[in-house]
Amino acid sequence: MKPLVLRLRAAPEQRLDLSPLAPHRLAGKSAREIAAIELQTTRRRVQVGDVFALSTGNVENIVIDGGSERFDGVGEGMNAGSITVKGDVGNQAGRRMAGGRLTIQGRSGHWTASGMTAGVIEIAGDAGDRLGGPLAGETQGMSGGMVVIRGDVGARAGDRLRRGTLIVEGGAEMGAGSRMLAGTLIVCGGAGPRAGYLMRRGTLVLGATDDDPGSTFLDCGVHDLVALRLMAAFVSGASRDAAALLRGSLRRYAGDTAVLGKGEIFVAA
Amino acid sequence: MRSLKANGVVIDDTFAEAFGMRATALIITADSLRWARQAAVTMTGYATSVIGCGCEAGIDRELRPGQTPDGRPGVRVLVFSMSVAELQKQLRSRVGQCVLTSPGSACYGDLDGEEPLKLGDSLRYFGDGWQISKRLGARHYWRIPVMDGEFVCEATAGLTRQAVGGGNLLILGVSPRQTLAAAESAVKAIAAIPDAIMPFPGGIVRSGSKVGAKYKNMSASTNDAFCPTLKGAVKTALDKDIASVLEIVIDGLTSEAVANAMRAGLRAIVELGPKHGAARVSAGNYGGKLGPHHYHLKDLSPKSASGPGSKGPGP
Repeated sequence: MKPLVLRLRAAPEQRLDLSPLAPHRLAGKSAREIAAIELQTTRRRVQVGDVFALSTGNVENIVIDGGSERFDGVGEGMNAGSITVKGDVGNQAGRRMAGGRLTIQGRSGHWTASGMTAGVIEIAGDAGDRLGGPLAGETQGMSGGMVVIRGDVGARAGDRLRRGTLIVEGGAEMGAGSRMLAGTLIVCGGAGPRAGYLMRRGTLVLGATDDDPGSTFLDCGVHDLVALRLMAAFVSGASRDAAALLRGSLRRYAGDTAVLGKGEIFVAA
Repeated sequence: MRSLKANGVVIDDTFAEAFGMRATALIITADSLRWARQAAVTMTGYATSVIGCGCEAGIDRELRPGQTPDGRPGVRVLVFSMSVAELQKQLRSRVGQCVLTSPGSACYGDLDGEEPLKLGDSLRYFGDGWQISKRLGARHYWRIPVMDGEFVCEATAGLTRQAVGGGNLLILGVSPRQTLAAAESAVKAIAAIPDAIMPFPGGIVRSGSKVGAKYKNMSASTNDAFCPTLKGAVKTALDKDIASVLEIVIDGLTSEAVANAMRAGLRAIVELGPKHGAARVSAGNYGGKLGPHHYHLKDLSPKSASGPGSKGPGP
């Protein structure tokens, strides 16, 4: 069955909250009802029909044809089905996502996959800061699912990561894997300074670093570990780069001993 | 007893009587097939019969690197027991003492069972706080630091309550050499059947038992009706020319697996024929009143079997 297509009419004049356009929130709604959903984030009212031309279809599969860095909350809370955006999106794409698949064919903003618990997110371009991270006042970031960023990411990717797998095929800015609680963050390219800063548990895999992990990470040597083979097999369908990195020679650092110290950073040896 | 005859081999019109069991399947991998097999052989040692060993276990099949979770050579092992509690106990002690200890080993569940049995979840404490939990999708692993690196063990293994234990074939020959040849050919054929194991040494048991004994402390004792040295002294099940009897016991994850294994074994015995192999095939049962699973040899015989053949004394 053909998907529901929302074709962008013109660039939005304000930031829009696209979180109502998740499959489970559109279930049972007619095209007229969908077109009347309000998306504004200012006092000026904007409805779906004002921004998009609708082509009716199965709401389980939504295509947003045309993107904008002003589209916030795309796929927020979605728990099944799929959303594909042909373009860029703004902040908090896939926030608290609990299932389904979110595909962004452009770039995404900050807090992509924030608090995500399940499902798959794929971003073709770059992503902003705090990939998977918690918002202010929250204690945990992403706690399940898989996210693949084909480009680069901003600062503190995987902040407070609790569970799940984050893959960055490009590079990461400072503080990748900061305050990680568990889970897996793989950065195939280079990582900026202070990778793994205050991580308690979890696995951070880096294709390269600007310098050695700090003195609170302890060099445990180069090993061919079965766990890395399992991880390579697990990610191979989503990212060949990540799988190749995991199958290569990696040096293990234990840390961050400034806190619990039961995490690990693997760096290409 | 009525019987059939196929390729000169007499097949008794009787049945094997088998019981419901609890079971799980594991994959053991290592850097080489040799060491995966070594871990599996050690783990399934002393696991011939629930009567004395707590469980029955054996190697189901060898696995190529592409067939295992970590891409290394592996072996699939099946473990059967009479209760979930005993199966859990056996799993913990056998994997803990025999697989965890084996160089380069890793251990995974290989059954989508009705409920989980603890595997790594009960062994992780060996890591003394250094164990690492790793969830990859729906799979949960424990990484336990050991002296050659890490022992990776899946957190749980699936349990099935649909397993069947005690499928069997009794192979009767006119000489020990011919009987063993027939049994070996059956073992080779059954080994190719998935989801079934033969827990006795090399798949063969020479000391078949009956329920009970003249001694109060014995729950099982020698199956005197099939002992050739007693055929003149007891109510025997043997013809005058039978000089040796060997049994193959089969446990399967499903009733279908047991039937398939018995069918394959029977075919191999028949194909070998009486000149080099068995003169007669029978099966052990308790009159059909104890075990819910009955495998009739006439239903499992090769299609070329024809009856009635010679009459043998009933068991």
